[in-house]
Amino acid sequence: MGEHHHGPAKGLKRWIFATNHKDIGTMYLWFSFAMFLLGGAFAMIIRAELFQPGLQLVEPGFFNQMTTMHGLIMVFGAIMPSFVGLANWMIPMMIGAPDMALPRMNNLSFWILPPTFLLLASTLFMEGGAPAFGWTFYAPLSTTYAPPSVTFFIFAVHLLGLSSIMGSINIVATVWNLRAPGMTWMKMPLFVWTWFITAYLLIAVMPVLAGAVTMMLMDIHFGTSFFSAAGGGDPVLFQHVFWFFGHPEVYIIILPAFGVVSQIIPTFARKPLFGYDSMVYATASIAFLSFIVWAHHMYTVGMPIAGELFFMYATLLIAVPTGVKVFNWITTMWRGAMTFETPMLFCIGFVVLFTLGGFTGVMLSMAPSDFQYHDSYFVVAHFHYVMVAGAVFSMTGAVYYWLPKWCGRMYSEPMGKIHFWISFVGFNLAFFPQHFVGLAGMPRRIPDYASQFADFNMLSSVGAFIYGGSQILFLYNVISTIVAGKPVSDDKVWEGAEGLEWTVATPAPFHTFAVPPRVK
Amino acid sequence: MLNASDKPIFNTVARLLVVALAMFAFVFVVMVPLYNVLCDALGINGKTGGRYEAVATRVDESRLVTVQFVTTNNAGMPWEFKPSTTAMKVNPGAVNSTVFLARNPLPQAMVAQAIPSISPARAAQYFHKTECFCFNQQPLDGETSAELPLQFIVDQGLPRDIRTITLSYTLFDVTDMVKGAVATR
Repeated sequence: MGEHHHGPAKGLKRWIFATNHKDIGTMYLWFSFAMFLLGGAFAMIIRAELFQPGLQLVEPGFFNQMTTMHGLIMVFGAIMPSFVGLANWMIPMMIGAPDMALPRMNNLSFWILPPTFLLLASTLFMEGGAPAFGWTFYAPLSTTYAPPSVTFFIFAVHLLGLSSIMGSINIVATVWNLRAPGMTWMKMPLFVWTWFITAYLLIAVMPVLAGAVTMMLMDIHFGTSFFSAAGGGDPVLFQHVFWFFGHPEVYIIILPAFGVVSQIIPTFARKPLFGYDSMVYATASIAFLSFIVWAHHMYTVGMPIAGELFFMYATLLIAVPTGVKVFNWITTMWRGAMTFETPMLFCIGFVVLFTLGGFTGVMLSMAPSDFQYHDSYFVVAHFHYVMVAGAVFSMTGAVYYWLPKWCGRMYSEPMGKIHFWISFVGFNLAFFPQHFVGLAGMPRRIPDYASQFADFNMLSSVGAFIYGGSQILFLYNVISTIVAGKPVSDDKVWEGAEGLEWTVATPAPFHTFAVPPRVK
Repeated sequence: MLNASDKPIFNTVARLLVVALAMFAFVFVVMVPLYNVLCDALGINGKTGGRYEAVATRVDESRLVTVQFVTTNNAGMPWEFKPSTTAMKVNPGAVNSTVFLARNPLPQAMVAQAIPSISPARAAQYFHKTECFCFNQQPLDGETSAELPLQFIVDQGLPRDIRTITLSYTLFDVTDMVKGAVATR
């Protein structure tokens, strides 16, 4: 208990026994980037196979493993842990807390992840191959027809659910109990607000995912029939349970991204965020609505018309709070003294491309038109616009924005701008043509396609290789900044930056706010 | 271990843990039963109800409804399974019967379970079975055949725009499941 001012432990022990929120945040960020590269490598295999019609490089069964593992790794290994890492680093510094509320649990929730993903990745080398039923693992594909490795997959999902729930409990406990005096609810930075609400979503739906995989486990090994029609079960039940988790999950991914953008845009527009209160209420409404729209992922399973209408109108309603947010960001920039540093570029890219993804989302939300788009490449284009141009762009912007505060060195602005423009062009080249092939009827998750889709697919693959390559540049930028970036001494780093995290020294010391600041 | 200042944190954690556990329980004790009850009440997944007790009613002579019979074998099910007649024209309210023919071509005894499904799903709640082989599992010795009886009534309340009802049976091999159930008992 007699721990007083001391620096980090030396060597490997510092990381294995880490309880410091900054160290754990750093590990989360590096781990998620490694997973991002792994999931990206799987995507490169998918796009290489789809470069031309016909089967060139991989067996169809392996192609299915790639689409499945790409989705699982990107959602659970890359995007979610990256935002948890950011939360670990920034939330205590933003609310004036000395650390997270439960530092030892924080260590555990991180250290569960590497073995879990090692387990998941090891299924690739097992007999029968890795899971090949899509990241949504619909029964009976994931039960009756699953490869034997599905049991390892189920165990992995249980473990990462556990990690997410612990991480979320930690965040909620921190925000509830450790805010500095004067840091009232409606003074909290928006990143803290969005994560606070996200953490509640996680605590509510990760157990539902655990329930879904538990039922799968029981169907496979213990003779129950939750999802097997032969025993009186129903495979459609799986889809309801899965999407009851799965729809809040997409907001779990995007809400922290909204928070990041709401921090960065005011800094470089040199104006306070427009409509702070409405941002908070919009976030809360989106979180609430996310629980009552799940069946819009399954319009074609044969729901009664009343069900289709309910889920359609409820889904369309989400466009309102989301629109509030987009207009608030635009109004924040309106007549601001804007400059276009790399973080700002990624955030403007986010606003433009996320809005496009939102529009295709509105198209998909309408049951009659969804019957045409369902399971086509249009859906693939839609969710990559919100997941990649949404979550990943904002995360990339966040790294450029806070990296100088973290390591006390400035990244190279020209290199950052080059990274942005290569990713922007590569991303759009990869995913924009997928709208067209999707509308023309190209199904998703199929390794071959009709020859009329050849040109657009070739463009799409080229774009994907460019976007994938730009991540290597990102890695280079980050490492060269940490090793040899120009030292920054100003606490504020950015001229227009506001918030408690900019009041501590640069680089951020190992312990911050040992004495809570007083917020006016 | 616990400092006085840690108490609110542990209260928060305890509350959140309760929420997480409650949500896990929610899947099993609310979502699954609720799904079954709703599908049953609204007849929305094409599943037909259990045994129907016939009530004396007037037969609707004014219209004829075509009832088609379709059979499918689930993957790996080797039985020959087909309806004796593929379609019947029936009056709503009348009791009708037909048989399905099943044959086990393998040398060993097997147990099968037929799962019915109605299309259009809207018609499911108007299709009553007073006797059906699907209510029970069907054991068959090796290389034997059986006639499987079905007795049904189409409800007079069937919407007039539905003129054809398709009753589909999928036959599942449940031999292992039955064996397993016996072994655990």
